[in-house]
Amino acid sequence: MRLEPDLRFGNDAIGAMLERARWGAGAFADLDRETTHRIAKAVADAGHAAAQRHAEWAVRETGFGVVEHERLMQEECSRGVFEASAGQDFVGPVTDEDHKVVRLARPAGVILALTPSTSPIATLCFKTVLAMLTRNAIVLSPHPRAKGCSTDAAEALAQAARAAGAPDGVIQVLREPSLPLAERIMGDPRVDLIVATGGAAIVAAACGSGRPALAGGPGNAPVFVHSSADVAAAAKRIVASKSFDNSILSTTESVILAHAPIAERLLAALKAEQAHVCTDQETAKLRAVLWDAEGGFNVEGALGKDAVTIGQLAGLALPAETRVLVAPVERVHPEEAFAREKLAPVLGFLRVADAAQAGAAARAMTRAGGRYHSAAFHGEDTAALVAFARATPALRVAVNAPLAQGVAGCATGPAMTVGAGFAGSSALGGSLRPEHLVNWTEIAFAAKARMPAEVDDARPWRVAPVPPADAPIPYSQGNPPRGVRTPATGGQG
Amino acid sequence: MLDYGLFSYASKQEVLEKSIRYWNPGKTKFWLDSGVDLVMGAREGYVIHDVDGRRLIDLHINGGTFNLGHRNAELIETLRTALDYFDIGNHWFPSVARTALAEALVATAPGMRYAVFAPGGAEAADVALKSARYATKRRKIVSIINGYHGHAGLSVATGDERFSKIFLSDRPDEFIHVPFNDLDAMEAALKGRDVAGAILETIPATYGFPMPAPGYLQGVKALCEKYGTLYIADEVQTGFMRCGEMWGWQSFGVEPDLFIAAKGLSGGLYPIAVCMLSERAGGWMNEDGAAHISTTGGGEVGCFVAVKVLQILERPETRANVRAVSEFFAEGFSELIRRHPDVIVGLRQRGTVMGVEFDHPEGAVAASRGLYETGVWAIFSSLDKRVLQFKPGALMSRALCEEVLDRFDTAMPRVRALTAAIGRD
Repeated sequence: MRLEPDLRFGNDAIGAMLERARWGAGAFADLDRETTHRIAKAVADAGHAAAQRHAEWAVRETGFGVVEHERLMQEECSRGVFEASAGQDFVGPVTDEDHKVVRLARPAGVILALTPSTSPIATLCFKTVLAMLTRNAIVLSPHPRAKGCSTDAAEALAQAARAAGAPDGVIQVLREPSLPLAERIMGDPRVDLIVATGGAAIVAAACGSGRPALAGGPGNAPVFVHSSADVAAAAKRIVASKSFDNSILSTTESVILAHAPIAERLLAALKAEQAHVCTDQETAKLRAVLWDAEGGFNVEGALGKDAVTIGQLAGLALPAETRVLVAPVERVHPEEAFAREKLAPVLGFLRVADAAQAGAAARAMTRAGGRYHSAAFHGEDTAALVAFARATPALRVAVNAPLAQGVAGCATGPAMTVGAGFAGSSALGGSLRPEHLVNWTEIAFAAKARMPAEVDDARPWRVAPVPPADAPIPYSQGNPPRGVRTPATGGQG
Repeated sequence: MLDYGLFSYASKQEVLEKSIRYWNPGKTKFWLDSGVDLVMGAREGYVIHDVDGRRLIDLHINGGTFNLGHRNAELIETLRTALDYFDIGNHWFPSVARTALAEALVATAPGMRYAVFAPGGAEAADVALKSARYATKRRKIVSIINGYHGHAGLSVATGDERFSKIFLSDRPDEFIHVPFNDLDAMEAALKGRDVAGAILETIPATYGFPMPAPGYLQGVKALCEKYGTLYIADEVQTGFMRCGEMWGWQSFGVEPDLFIAAKGLSGGLYPIAVCMLSERAGGWMNEDGAAHISTTGGGEVGCFVAVKVLQILERPETRANVRAVSEFFAEGFSELIRRHPDVIVGLRQRGTVMGVEFDHPEGAVAASRGLYETGVWAIFSSLDKRVLQFKPGALMSRALCEEVLDRFDTAMPRVRALTAAIGRD
């Protein structure tokens, strides 16, 4: 017989979770804006309150990152994200007089969120708060390496949601996550939307699952420092950004493209910021310990580790205050490993003659590392900026700003999942925002029609609170019959 | 052509004719006369298909047999695994599978010490009645008028006389019937101190799920204690999370001396039933453990599947689903009653155990037929045709629940017409 995909029942533990999420999503989509706001705030506050504990746990469990920086990001990705979006209406009705349209939000429904081993809790908070703001149920599939802290954080957020009146099952977490399990769930028709952050394998699986997917892409950001730049300030920003959280954010700087006239000054300025500029010999040693023969990055030894530790690994004796390693290279073609993503405080450094060559180098970097989402420009020359922005495939180009803090929240608003767009095989181009998690029903009036005034007051949402998740099971005595009940005979038992 | 390899039929018509000829003429004809010409073919989850392909959402679920769905994939997998190790086994010997299931069942049921297995609910009820007689050395049994506990030698005498008189199996001297929700009648029956056991469905199913009045079940239990009678709960339809707790008696805050469960324990795949006994009620097993024997009671394959059934039921997601389904229909029916007050007048409900009350004395018979024609299979209550048994499964999805309500609403004009045709006395 033909199985109806939308009518499949919970036939195992995972199916049971998804069905629970479907019930939750259904009830959530009925809630009004005020209740939604209250739930999202409670979840954001819970993430914020536990930031220190979860930052410590995440660094301890994964071995990646710096506690202080993880905490900052978790705070940004919980209350910060909420506050940045709280003024917007993701429920409706939203009236647009100019276009004669009234919009009602349609939540995606059940979101499967894959969260990475790097910044696991910041990403988890980020996606969960966005889901709550948009009345979606979220099922979290953490990276197995971060499952302990992720499970604990998800449960804390779920508890806060319930206490604030969220329907049962809107925040759930896979307790025994794995890539095969994640891949299986990604193909389940009970998942409405996948929001994936992680390695290339998981992102490719998400985008090929057959379900709609928003995937964060790889980083590998080129940084063009133009001759018009304040070189000292640029060096300061780049080192601050690249050393932040031991550079485990995919959004961080990867290769400096130094405009030839200021290249030497830039190197000197980087040194002044406690960056170590490698000799050719040191660059070779570093290359040998950072990548294996197949080009795989040294996850255990170097990913998310500090500069001194990585230096030791390569046999370099570095001053204890060293923050970043700079490896000058001759080219950024695929055979040069330093042209790829490095989730460690290690920067490639290439001299370029002009903006055109910077653009060409930025494109060349995609041949080895794939499409990336971010780039940076330091300088005051607008023509050079626009030429570079036009040439690079990145969808966001930060100007005179540190990329890590910029996207982690301090400069351009929090963004923990940044997609590389169509070119990167993702429906997500740029930062994930709450508006990506809803569709809108547009109620359209004729061009010359006068829109009814009552539209603003129409609230098709549930105002009575949803019964709490532990409410007693419905019980009803029924109604006594009218007239006399006749004892019956016949019929089957 | 209905070809199953081992046998085949040219058409559904041929099945029906041969069913009348070789299987059960009365039963086959009854449904044909009722407008329900169902021969079950493919089935999955809570959807069944007629062999001709017509699709029906199953709200009958055979009293909870398919509580976890038809052919639940997880249970099929479990059954396959069971067949790698087990068969029915030998009832004489201790067994890993029976012991594991007994331990798992005892863990679910405070106050219970033993699990005695049976191939079906009626035999489990007989075990319960015999155990009560042994423990009390009394012979009489009290049950509810319009109660239902199966069709075995003793259990049939506890039920409606329709099922006992025909086989000369009614025993009015030993089996006393009292009205439901009537504590005075219960006390009158018990106060002679000669009653071994009082057996009650926690919510009488075949009677149309009238809800126990607040305090009624506790009152019965108190009277049993007062007069030395054992309280026997029949949990065949109310167990397995259907009332929101593993056992219906837990949801009503009453603790029986022994109780029986069947149907749902099988996962719909391998027949098994159980009588759960307190220390006192299980006393006969110390005197003569082979005093009751059942070759296929507790077949090991069935035990293996039943352990999985309990595991599924104990998942927090299952509890959440039961609550969600219950709430959904509580809200849904208040709306249906508002829309069709001349047809539907009320909903009796404890979790997923529901009885839809119709205005017409035979309204549920019309509803069964009207719903059948609209793609939903729900059975009327044999002993109160005003009430439709409405039994969504514990794992039913939101999408399917929404479809049920839509179809129910759609069927109402047809039900209205059918009841008008029946007329009133």
